[in-house]
Amino acid sequence: MKLIEIKEILEADVPTGKYDSEMEIEIGCSSDLMSEILAFGKPGSILLTSLMNIQVINTANVADIKVVCFVMGKIPNENMIKSANRNDITILTSKLTTFESCGRLYKNGLQSCSYQDIDK
Amino acid sequence: MDKNRTTSKVQELTFEMKVKDVMKRNIATVNPTMSVGSLRDILQKKRISGVPVVNDDKLVGIISIEDFIKCIEQRDINALIEDKMTTKLVTLFADESLVYAVLKFEEYGFGRFPVISRKDKKLVGIITKSDILRGVLNKLETVYHDEEERRYRASHIFNDIVADDVFLKFQYYVEGKNFDKAGEAATGLKKTLYRLGLSPEIVRRASISTYEAEINIVAYTEGGKITAYLEPHQIRIVFTDKGPGIPDVEKAMISGFSTAPGWVRELGFGAGMGLPNIKKFTDEMTLTSSIEKGTHLETIIKLSDYRNGE
Repeated sequence: MKLIEIKEILEADVPTGKYDSEMEIEIGCSSDLMSEILAFGKPGSILLTSLMNIQVINTANVADIKVVCFVMGKIPNENMIKSANRNDITILTSKLTTFESCGRLYKNGLQSCSYQDIDK
Repeated sequence: MDKNRTTSKVQELTFEMKVKDVMKRNIATVNPTMSVGSLRDILQKKRISGVPVVNDDKLVGIISIEDFIKCIEQRDINALIEDKMTTKLVTLFADESLVYAVLKFEEYGFGRFPVISRKDKKLVGIITKSDILRGVLNKLETVYHDEEERRYRASHIFNDIVADDVFLKFQYYVEGKNFDKAGEAATGLKKTLYRLGLSPEIVRRASISTYEAEINIVAYTEGGKITAYLEPHQIRIVFTDKGPGIPDVEKAMISGFSTAPGWVRELGFGAGMGLPNIKKFTDEMTLTSSIEKGTHLETIIKLSDYRNGE
C-alpha cells in the first residue's frame, strides 16, 4: 500500500518532515508497549500508537520501522519530529482511535505482523 | 589526489580494461550490395561517421562519411557500397587491453576500429577514441566511490591491520533515570554498525537488544555503561551498571514478569519483555547480578556470513 493511500485512509496529517507519498508499506503493527513492537515489528512497516514520547521514535529507529502514526489526535513535540527526521522516519498524525485506524488499514488490505513470529 | 597518482591510475586502468568494456555493441551495419546513397539515413539518424560492412556475419569492410561525401562529389551515390568501401581492415580483438587500442589509434590515425571476437572473427562492436575516454572516466568514478566506501568498512580494517587479534571498541555511557536520553546509545551503535558495513539484519538485532538493555539501565539503576566490541566473527556487547542489582535473575527472565515502577510503564516499557527480547535477538546472553555489585550482562551476535557476505 502506498503511503499516500494510508494517509488518506487515516485522514492523517504530516507534521513537517520527510514524506514520500509513493513509499510502499506492506505491513502494519500497533501497540503502546514498545517492547512488543521491538519483538514482532517488521522492518519497513508502519507503527500505529497512542503512546507519545521520544522512545516511540527510538523504537521505530532501532526496529527499522519507516513510518509512525500517532493516533487519538496526539501531536508529537518538536524534539520527536527532529529525531524522526534525523533517522529517516516519517511521522503521521490521525484523530482516529487506535481501533478504527488499525481496522481501516486492515480492511483495505494492509497485512498484520503475525503474533506467531514472536517466538521465532 | 596528486597529478602523478591520477596519471598512474589511468594508465593502470588502460592496462586492466578491455576493448569490450568500453566498445559500442548493438551497432548499425550495412550490406555490401546496398547503394552508397542508402547510407544517408543511417549516418544521419545514428549520428555516426562510419559503418562496418557485413556480409553473412562476416566483416568485409568499413565505409565512412568521407567515402560518402566523395561519392556525392562524383555524383555517384548509386554505386554499390562494396565498390567504395575500405577493405584494408584494421581491427581490434574484443579481449585486447585498452592500452593496445590507444596505440592503434595513434599509429593509424583512424576515427574508429571495428571490434571482432578472437574465436570466430565475427563483428561484435565498434570503438572510437571517445568510447575509451568515457569508459575510463566512468571506471575512475566507480573506483573512487568504492574506495570512499571501503575506507569505512570494518572488513577493510580487519583485513588490513596486522595483529593476532583485532577488535573495534565502542563505549557508551548511560545516565540512570533520564528517559529523555534513553536510546541514545542504541541509536548511536546502530548508526556506527551500519556505517561499518554490517548487514541490516545484524544491525537490527544488535540495536534492538542494546536498546532493551539500555532501557533497563535507565529504568532500574543509577547509570552504567555499554561497551560494544566488534570482532571479525562476532559483536560482543557488555552492559554494566552501578546497581542495585536483580534480586532473582531466574524470575527476571520469565516473560511478563516485571518490577517496573509506574513511570517506566507509562513510557511504554516495563511489561516484562526486556530480557526475553534481548535473548531473542542475540545468539548468546549471559546475565549475572548481585545486590552489592550491580548487574553484568553480556550478549553475543555471531557474524558467520560477515567476511563472505560483504
